[in-house]
Amino acid sequence: MLTDASNIPFDIEFKSTSFSVPVLVITTDDMDVIEQKLQDKVSQAPEFFKNSPLVLDLQEANNQGCLIDFIKLAELIRKVGLFPIGIRGGNEQQNKQALRLQIPVHALSGRDVPLEEKKQKSVSHESEANAVVSSNITASATTLITYPIRSGQRIYAKGDLVVLTQVSAGAEIIAEGNIHVYNTLRGRALAGVRGDVDARIFCFDLQAELISIAGNYKISEDLGDSVKGKPVQIYLQDQALIIKDIELHH
Amino acid sequence: MARIIVVTSGKGGVGKTTTSAAIAMGLAKRGHKTAVIDFDVGLRNLDLIMGCERRVVYDFVNVINEEATLNQALIRDKNCNLLYILPASQTRDKDALSQEGVGRVLDELKKDFKYIVCDSPAGIEKGAHLAMYFADDAFVVTNPEVSSVRDSDRMLGLLASKSRRAEQNEEPINEFLLLTRYSPDRVKLGEMLSVDDVQDILSLHLLGVIPESKSVLNASNSGMPVILDEKSDAGQAYADIVARYLGEDRPHRFIDDKKGFFRKLFGG
Repeated sequence: MLTDASNIPFDIEFKSTSFSVPVLVITTDDMDVIEQKLQDKVSQAPEFFKNSPLVLDLQEANNQGCLIDFIKLAELIRKVGLFPIGIRGGNEQQNKQALRLQIPVHALSGRDVPLEEKKQKSVSHESEANAVVSSNITASATTLITYPIRSGQRIYAKGDLVVLTQVSAGAEIIAEGNIHVYNTLRGRALAGVRGDVDARIFCFDLQAELISIAGNYKISEDLGDSVKGKPVQIYLQDQALIIKDIELHH
Repeated sequence: MARIIVVTSGKGGVGKTTTSAAIAMGLAKRGHKTAVIDFDVGLRNLDLIMGCERRVVYDFVNVINEEATLNQALIRDKNCNLLYILPASQTRDKDALSQEGVGRVLDELKKDFKYIVCDSPAGIEKGAHLAMYFADDAFVVTNPEVSSVRDSDRMLGLLASKSRRAEQNEEPINEFLLLTRYSPDRVKLGEMLSVDDVQDILSLHLLGVIPESKSVLNASNSGMPVILDEKSDAGQAYADIVARYLGEDRPHRFIDDKKGFFRKLFGG
């Protein structure tokens, strides 16, 4: 049956978003070594690597004069259970091979790996004999805020969030980990936004518009007078938000 | 070094233009060559408050569009020869302002003036954004009521994130709080937020409190900045603010009717 796309009420939509994808830096053309090293890595964290997409970085290998057949390499990667989804730093032939396998060619950008880290990687390349999985899982570092968070401002922390100043009404602070506010919390605070049910919120003076842990929330109206304006910690217990006084010893 | 002061609030009708006129006049009276710019393109008011509405030939937008020179557009104040006014255009809208154009005009003013006071329009859109973008100091004008305080808080967030100083990672804008239309009687009745309440929410350096006063309306209607009315409470409050801004230590007044109360409050 012929359908005219313009008659279909639903439209497609292009959205731009960015993903965090591990990059495998190849520094040898010895396929056996690569396979062995990869197997070792994957067996260390099978859940993490299961069906993981992977971008293959051949720049280093090509600089060292290694001759890599990309088709064979992609085959090997699939065999280990990973999905090659891109190539970068390849030579003309390797890029052509990649396109034949319908794997996109990515441009090299110096921005994605800090120089310091690059240096470290190249050191570890030697010790780990030529194949290193460099994934860009950032260590969940703590974000420290020392300026007042004003109405309309929004702070997102990948790890824990520590705020030394007040958080105004109409401001929003969001963390994948815990939230500490060593001042008055008047805005919204959302901890464990990626589902961490063990995340907690600590604050010196609770006057929040909304508090949430891993999606379980309470609004200002639900906060009892017994905890308002007090130093408290907030955590999840059996999917219920518990707000508890923090006893301050003087 | 010239300093650019923005008088801003977010909310309308809190006294930005009254404050701009008063502090610009105050700074000029103290011997500093000062220019005051009306950024409220399309809703021109500053010229009325300054009493120079009948002498407007060219305006801010003309200068930005290079249809007039700065010297042609600047109006010298009739009361103080160190004060100049750059009026807004009444026939245009805020889109006539460009960041590049505003920057150019301010750079030119900086060569000749000690203080440049930018009277911001209400809101957080283009006019308000450009008024604060190049600022070194910000006077945040707030009325003692919750919506005005909330809007000021929002504006403080923008000053800290969307200004030139913030974008270029320079030292942040100095932010000062000016509490206007303050009425101690109504605070006592619980109809208004107290100085402490506002300070608690905004945690900002208080430059001064302007009492609710008939003299402000009289001054506006007669086209004389209220600071020239030296007998009025509002005029004296603005004079205090200018002095404090210039680094003088002056005790706060007009926070309570009873004189002893303020000393109790701040331990002075």
